[in-house]
Formats: sequence, C-alpha cells, structure tokens
Amino acid sequence: MSYRFFVNGDPVEVEVPGMRRLLDVLREDLALTGTKEGCGEGECGACSVLLDGAVVDACLVPVCQVDGTSVRTVEGLGSEEELNGLQAAFLETGGAQCGICTPGMLMAAEAFIASGAPAGDDAIREAIAGNLCRCTGYTKIVEAIALAAERRRAGGPGAL
Amino acid sequence: MTRILPPGTQELLAPDPLLVPPGSRTPGRISQRGPLRREGPAKLTGLAKYADDLVFPGAWYGATIRSTEPHATLVGIDLDDAFDWSQVVVVTAADIPGDNVVSLIRDDQPILVPVGGEIRHQAEALCLIAAADRETLRAAKQSLKVRTERLPAVFDPLESSDEFSHLEVRRGDVEAGLAQAELVIEGTYRVGHQEQLYIENQAMIAVPQADGGVTVHGSCQCPYYIHRALKRSLQLTDAQAVVVQAETGGGFGGKEEYPSMIALHAALLARKVGKAVRMIYDRHEDLSATTKRHPAVIHHRTGVMLDGTLVAQEIDVVMDGGAYCTLTPVVLSRGVLHAGGPYRCPNVRISGRSMATNTPPNGAFRGFGAPQTEFAAEMQVNRIAEALGTSPLELRRRWAYQEGDTTPTGQVLRESVAAIDVLEAAAEASDYTRHSAQTSHAREARGSGARLASGIGIAMGWHGAGFTGSGEVHIAGVASVELTDEGVVRVLTAQTEMGQGTKTIFPQLVAGELGIEPAAVENAPQDTSIVPDSGPTVASRTAMVVGGLIIKAARRLRAQVESVTDRPFADSYREFALQHGALRVDEHFEPYPNVEFDDATYTGDAYPAFGWACAVARVDVDLDTGEVAVRDVVSADDAGRIIHPVLAEGQVEGGTLQAVGYATIEEIKLVDGRYLNDRLATYLIPTALDAPRIEAILVEKPFSGAPHGAKGIGELPMDVGAPAVVAAIHDATGVWIHDLPATPERILAAMTGAPAPGSPGVSSPAPKRGAA
Repeated sequence: MSYRFFVNGDPVEVEVPGMRRLLDVLREDLALTGTKEGCGEGECGACSVLLDGAVVDACLVPVCQVDGTSVRTVEGLGSEEELNGLQAAFLETGGAQCGICTPGMLMAAEAFIASGAPAGDDAIREAIAGNLCRCTGYTKIVEAIALAAERRRAGGPGAL
Repeated sequence: MTRILPPGTQELLAPDPLLVPPGSRTPGRISQRGPLRREGPAKLTGLAKYADDLVFPGAWYGATIRSTEPHATLVGIDLDDAFDWSQVVVVTAADIPGDNVVSLIRDDQPILVPVGGEIRHQAEALCLIAAADRETLRAAKQSLKVRTERLPAVFDPLESSDEFSHLEVRRGDVEAGLAQAELVIEGTYRVGHQEQLYIENQAMIAVPQADGGVTVHGSCQCPYYIHRALKRSLQLTDAQAVVVQAETGGGFGGKEEYPSMIALHAALLARKVGKAVRMIYDRHEDLSATTKRHPAVIHHRTGVMLDGTLVAQEIDVVMDGGAYCTLTPVVLSRGVLHAGGPYRCPNVRISGRSMATNTPPNGAFRGFGAPQTEFAAEMQVNRIAEALGTSPLELRRRWAYQEGDTTPTGQVLRESVAAIDVLEAAAEASDYTRHSAQTSHAREARGSGARLASGIGIAMGWHGAGFTGSGEVHIAGVASVELTDEGVVRVLTAQTEMGQGTKTIFPQLVAGELGIEPAAVENAPQDTSIVPDSGPTVASRTAMVVGGLIIKAARRLRAQVESVTDRPFADSYREFALQHGALRVDEHFEPYPNVEFDDATYTGDAYPAFGWACAVARVDVDLDTGEVAVRDVVSADDAGRIIHPVLAEGQVEGGTLQAVGYATIEEIKLVDGRYLNDRLATYLIPTALDAPRIEAILVEKPFSGAPHGAKGIGELPMDVGAPAVVAAIHDATGVWIHDLPATPERILAAMTGAPAPGSPGVSSPAPKRGAA
C-alpha cells in the first residue's frame, strides 16, 4: 500500500504495509532517527511525535492512520547551529542529560507551549507525564519548558 | 507531489525564530554556570547517533534464545527440519573459539550455555540466531527448540549454600560494647531488586573485519571491559578487537558489565555470518535478562547509652548475587564498608556474605551496594532517635563523623569531611525543625476519621569516591592530552558520556589549565583503537580520578610548550604545533598520598575520600489506601569542588528521583526465578507527576589529593533518598516500614497489623504442574 503524508512540512510517500508502525516508517524508511524507541508499547513516550499538532506515541500508530496528515518530529525543530527557543531552553537549563527521552520530551513540550495554556509547574508536569526521563528527576525539564513558555509570552528572543 | 496539508498546519510548521544565532556560543546566564553541554545540540535536534540509529548496509539482525527455567541441564538444541536453516546462522557454545566465559571477576558465567551444561537462571543465553530480516529471524526462533532436564532451584539467599564472597570489618570490641549499652535496638531490613531503566535499551552492533577481527559499536559505560572480553573469547589481538561507544542513552551501572555479553553475542554472530549483526534489545528482553540492583537482607544490633552515646554496631549483610558472580564481591564490599553510616562508633563488627541463587545475575547500579546498607543504617538511627525520645536531627549532629574521626576499617578521616555541613544545609533549607514540630502536632491531634497524613523525614549518608581499597592502583588508568599537528587540543580517555557530562567537564578542566576556551578543546571518541584505557566509567570516579589525570597531563603539556615558545600556551600553541608537530602527554595514575588499604584484612583507607549527603523528604500518606505522595525532597551533597553547577545539580536531582522510586514503587516480583513485571507497563518508575519538587544544594569540602579538589557526585544522592522517604512515612503514620519499597500494601499491613507481603526480591516457587 502507498501512503502520503507530510513530515516536517515535506511531502512524503511510502510503500509499506498499512500496519507498519509510524515509528519504523520514520526511522527506517525515512531515515529520521531522531525519534527514539524506548518500550514499543506506549509507556515511555520516547517516540512522541506530533500528528496534526497532537502528541502521539509513534510506536502505537500504524502508518495507515497517518495518511493525509502532517507529522512533526524533532528534526522539524531548530538545527544544531540554530536551535529553536525550546531546544535552547533545554540546553541552557540542563534539561537534556543522556538525551534519549529528549526528542519525545521536546515534542510533548512543543504541543503544550503551542496550546497557549498557562505554563505553571503542575500544568507542565501534566503535559509531560507520558514521557519518562530517568536522568533528570524532571526538575530541569520543567524549568526549561517554563523558560521557553515565558520567553514566548514575552515575545523576545527565543520565542517559539 | 501535491501538498495535502490540513488547514492550519502551515502555521504550525512555520520556522521558529532563533534564540541561539549562528556563531553565538553562550546565551543567557550560562557564562557563570559552566559551558553548555558539549553534545547538547546534537541530542536536542535528533542528530546524536545512538546504537540503533547507526546504519550498516546489509546488516543482519541477531536474537538470543534464552532459558525458560531457573535451573536445568541443557540436554539439546533441536532445529525443526521443516524450516530452511540455510537462510539463517545459528551460533552455539561450540562456535566460541576462545574461553566460553564473560571475562570479569570470576570465570563462572558462560557466553552461551553449552549442550550438556548447566542452566542457572531464567533468561540465560543458550544459543544465537541471525537472519537478514526480522521476519525470517522470528520464524527461525519459533523453529528452534531446546530440551532440558530440570534441577532443583534456590531462590532465597538465606537458604543458599553457594557463596560468592564474604568479608568482615571489625573495630573495637562489639560484644563488650553491646554489653555496656543501656539500650540495644535491633532490626532486620530487606530490599529487593531495582532496575536501572535507562530509557535506551541495551544495543550492540558487531562488524567483522578483513583481518579476522571485529569492531563493535554500542551503548556502554566501559569500552575496555568489552575489549578484554572480546580478546579472550574470540582469541583476538589488541588491535583486532575494537570497541566504539555509540551515544549512550543512560547507564546508571546497567551498562557497566552486561554490554560485554551482548557484544560477545553480536561478534560471534557477525564472524559466522560474515556481515554486520545488530543486537538491539527491546524493553522486554532488557528487563527480563539484564542485571538489577542486588536484593539484600541486613540485620542490625545497635547499642546506645540513654544519654544518646553510640557504643556499638553489629551488622550482618547478606546480598543476593543471582546466578553468576558478575561484580557481586565488589558490590558487597562497598555495601559492607558503608553499612555503619557516617557515624563515629568505637565498637563495630560488620560481616557480609554474597550468595548465589537461581535468579538472573545482579550487577552494578548507581550506589553499588551502599543504598541497600545505608537504608538499613538510617532506619536504625531514626528508630533509635524515636526510642530515646530525641530528634533524629540532633542525634545525627552528635554522631556524625568529623575530621580526625576513625572509621570501622581504621581509616582516619583527615580532611574533606562534610557530614555536619550537609546535615545543617539540608535541615535549614527544608526548615526541618519547624515542619517536624508541625507534623508531630498534627499527628497527635489527628482523629480516627483522618484520611490524609503528612510527614517529614531525614537521612544522611556517605559515599567513598572512586574504586574501593587498592582498586585504582589495580586499574592503573592512563589518560592523555594531546596537541595535534593541526594545532587542536584533544582529550583522550575511555570515559564515556552517558548523560552525566563527561564531554563537557573534561574540555572545561583542560581548558582551565591551558588558559584557553573550553570550546577549543576536543574530546577524542571513545574508541579503543584511539584512546588509552583510563578505566571504567563507574564508581563516581570520572570527575575525580580521570579529571585529575587530565589536569596533570594538561599542566605538563602547557609546561612543555611554553618551555619552547617562551610565551603563554594560549598565545603560542597553534604556532608550536605547526613548527614542531604533534605533542602528546600520557598521565599514569599514581596512588593518592598516604592512602593505604590492606585487601586481606580489610583495614586502612577504604577510599581516598568520601562524599557526604543529607536528604529531607516530605510526604503525604493516604490513610485509607496507604498511597504515598512524595511532595518535596531537599538533598544537600558534598562533592569536594563543583566543576559545573548545572551538571552537578542534574546528578543530584536525577539520583534523588531514582531513590524516591526505590523507596516507593520500584519492585520486581518473581515467580520460579523469573521477573514477572518485565515490561514498562508493569515495572513502574516515577513520572513527572509522581516526582517530588527536588532542591539540590551543592556543598564544597575539597579533597587535596585531587588537583581540582573534586570527589564524585553521581552516586551520593542515591544513598539517602529512600531512608528519608521512609522516615517521612513513619512521621506521617507512626509505622516503620522495614522492607523496600514502602508500597501501599506494606504500609497498610503495618498500620493494621495484617501480615506483610513477602520479602522483596525473593521468588515464589513455580506453580504446581497440573494445577488448574
């Protein structure tokens, strides 16, 4: 079967079985390895991507459900030379340690900030409750998301 | 191709404005906080390459066939004739050219159980299969059957007669001390397995080389452990065995020794297939087969006088090593050496035994034996404070080590003793005394209809920095700093980055010595064909021991360059390199001055220095359900000198949450020696919602033996979090939970007097055959 959708703004077409996981399509068919696999059963959130703006676990989404949609992955944020505001806030505060949960964490945070919801501590924790991190104790991740949200509100440098 | 974007998507996909413009290095307030994480941008953009992200065209997929019994004889391996075996490769023990052992401490663990050999635990590796694609691999696995004859299994370390190691530490006369004591408090404490739960599963890819050698790329802490294991079992030379660390998604000890096993498996398959072979564990296999924190049973008898003087500690530690030795004797040793806690006591006897059971082998995990024994030690202190009617804070003020005190091994703590400093820092930041008065008042005033109770708890600990005893001398690490002929300064060590910040602080330390910018210093890749063996990345030794080596190397490099150029290094090194070519300084470990340990008698300086930590936790306990919410934790930790505050805080915060998980929810249940909750849906770790607000306080008592004064920090917070949480649960409920984790079941049982759930870490027997 052939499926057409957008990844980070670019149109893509893949010829794969409809039940192939979006995670495998991204990593193996499209060579976008920024999205990680941590458990393969929707518990850890390492494979979080945005599907039409909503956070999903790419390990639980068959590619047939992606047809005609728009997928956004960590590769669609800033580049190594030009980090976006959220990535920069993670870098500054120490929100990334081993980095394996980071792409999924960034996508969950991206959706939260895009929602425009007030970025209080509890709200941020709720927004990333589906994304496990074993390194940070979440402290600096929460701090990074709050910082990025605040900068966006202020509209200064680093606004998303 | 037509764009079929749904309405509104364009806006979402619009490029983001930039915070860090090209060419800019230090946004925000970073300049006072240490350099930005070196590999941070790669991790934040998805460009960092973890093992499973590496592409080797034509690579095959490998799988491990594992035992489904805890103890048995492997009678045979049968290949179903209906399957076309020509399309796959099968490796058994007979294919191993060298020794069939995973080289570590004791030569007991096979790479693959040979036919006719003994299976000693569930999920033990029996044989290997590789295929060009996953579907064929899956079909091959289903077409292979193992025949076994079951043997009786032992699951309880207290019932095992098979000992890996034992040791005893003695000071003074413990019998006389206990006889003299006016109050003797006794307690037995049990802790179960804990999974490291790095979010990146174990992964290794082996690539066969034309010279008969093999290059292994993977997720690991200790490339040279793997290098040794490959050389020995595949009969390779130093140059033929090459180990390259991929970006590593967390380790916490779990990637200290087990990666050697996976690398051996991948390499055996790759050599037989003649192609690269990928061994990428999924979460289920990783949880079922890889090492956990050692379960332990710890018994204390503590003698005190009614005025609160500590006179005797008698401690008995039994650890469950699982089926093979792995690092167990060293884990036990660290556990025993820390078992008394950071307290001055004239009469001490600590004995320890590590026993074999028919369960998967236990191994390294942050803290390495100390979190188990220090949990028990802190429980004792808190219970004694209660028995004496004194404050646990006050009792620690009286007992805590100070400079000049002597430990049970006879080590005189000459310097860098921060026990009181961390205690006071944590007590003050948490407002311990005021909160404690409030919770005790609330407890007294509480009616029988109360549904929720709050509590506060305190615990402190110590952690020996670097390897135990003469370990660092045996490692004899070498680390290098070089000036390349292109004028680039490079650090060469085997120290791996797994999130803790090695790649950031090493350039920072070297740059500081050379008077140049950290960004001008590069890290050589952790590739055994490039970097020297500076020892494993374990035991909180990286910043202290190897950091010390590269500082000394950088000083020598600077002196050599400046002696030729007669100008400051920063102004002349590039020119020097162009004129004179490359210059490399290898720094060999030299024993810390005045540090001596006798491995035979277990006396002397067990560690060159200790780090000190204190945690204060506040909890809410639901009195109907026994559920615990850990609200906040203050952790004050002394690491000598802080090299990079952001990274150091990150260690304290992350270690504290692992300790909170250990205290409250992380438990492995076993049946017939098999881990029951071997999926992330059933083995739970704290989420952002479960996590307390964590405040890290960094305390500095420099260690003069290291040129930068730094001691380790990674493991410290892991030692103190759990007893602080359990003390807070007691403060809320009035009951002591002796077994970890303090689950709702254990708390309710203690509150109602109902029988407690079984011992953590001990397997239930196999269900009876034939039972419905």
